[in-house]
Amino acid sequence: MASAGQPRTASASFDAATYLDAATAAPLHPVARQALLAALDDGWADPSRRYTQARRARQLLDASRAAVAETMGVRPDEVSFTPSGTAALRSAVAGALSGRVRAGRVLVHSAVEHSAVLYAAQRHESGGGQAVPVGVDRLGRLRLDDWGAAVAAPGVALAALISASHEVGTEQPVAQAAQACAAAGVPLLLDAAQSVPWGPVPDGWSLLAASARKWGGPPGVGVLVVRPGVRWPGGTETSGVGTDAAQPGGPVDLPAVVAAAAALRAVRADAAAQSTRLRALVDRIRATVAATVPDVEVVGDPAGRLPHLVTFSCLYVDGEALLDALDRRGFAVSSGSSCTASTLRPSHVLAAMGVLTHGNVRVSLHRSTTEAEVDRFLTELPGVVAALRAEAGVVGL
Amino acid sequence: MTAAGPTETLDCLGQRCPLPVVALARRLPQLPVGAVLRVLADDPAAAVDIPAWCRLRGQAFAGSPAPHAYDIRRER
Repeated sequence: MASAGQPRTASASFDAATYLDAATAAPLHPVARQALLAALDDGWADPSRRYTQARRARQLLDASRAAVAETMGVRPDEVSFTPSGTAALRSAVAGALSGRVRAGRVLVHSAVEHSAVLYAAQRHESGGGQAVPVGVDRLGRLRLDDWGAAVAAPGVALAALISASHEVGTEQPVAQAAQACAAAGVPLLLDAAQSVPWGPVPDGWSLLAASARKWGGPPGVGVLVVRPGVRWPGGTETSGVGTDAAQPGGPVDLPAVVAAAAALRAVRADAAAQSTRLRALVDRIRATVAATVPDVEVVGDPAGRLPHLVTFSCLYVDGEALLDALDRRGFAVSSGSSCTASTLRPSHVLAAMGVLTHGNVRVSLHRSTTEAEVDRFLTELPGVVAALRAEAGVVGL
Repeated sequence: MTAAGPTETLDCLGQRCPLPVVALARRLPQLPVGAVLRVLADDPAAAVDIPAWCRLRGQAFAGSPAPHAYDIRRER
């Protein structure tokens, strides 16, 4: 029923398409779909009202919060739902900065954060605050010495670190970064959106943001966890920010929240097996692309990385043309190349690493990705790149 | 290093990446080893892609003497 009346592309049918962009949004998990449909019947009422339907909705919300809290290893009153992962990050940055305004007005963040954090940093600066980016090495790993110095400087209100890069897959040394923050008495905001689907994240953070569509939940659900003791606006210590309705964007989409919580449980139950399977497929992509595509740079940490994500750049190839050519062959992938971004700027992550930004392709796998799909991609990619290079007259440069 | 100024200047202003890198890759091998090619490019990606190309190709990135200007020295 969901597909009835959906437009189909002329070249590749939607069903036959191989979706390799889970880092943007994983396909809806079957458990999420089931829970969503049930919650549409059962959880449509406003949980803040005082009547039977509202109480049922409240029960569903509480159960979802408890399930997410248990998976994250925190108390339910530390968990709030937001309208997106982006909204969770913005709330976290704004709330923590304003709660610690007496400590100072400096926000320390890695140079490879999600654009929502960079945007919040810009806003903070235009409001008179200061943002201090900390660089990464060629593999995209945080420069820990610089991080330690930055968080120990006077006036730091908050430090923000992405647990693993959504663009190149490199995992950050979260435990060490958190230790540096603890030593300096600075709260750490961990953007764990890409890591949460794969297992427990390292401890030591004060705030955590995640996004349900990264784990197969529906779009439009973010999670914000605020640990006890974090200073929040008003100068009081939070005892559960869990007032979802107070989030920017208003009350949450309850059926979507229910589905997100159900999907998280299901995904975590299967995470170890999927992680092993997808890690091997990504290893195959890394090795095969490097061996079969001339003048290609496979980027990111080959070992300390997310299990499901790989990024490479093809010299002299236009990223937009490459995505379109792959789309015509039925492959949905994404790119950090400037021409494919709405801003016409290259990916700030690739730029911070100092790696090629044009001809960039990010491939991210999910639980439904098959070995045959990966092999078909690897079989077709060299020809696609060669054809684009021939067309552009850049062969042999 | 570039005190003597570039051997030649390539105007790629207004071109979008990867075109400035393609122009660089075409021209540099035609210059003698040690020559410095200055590429003018205002696509923001050029600031990352030109040094990255030098690293991949074993050529020397000799810095950015001005906004939108990049010097590359032929090493081999």
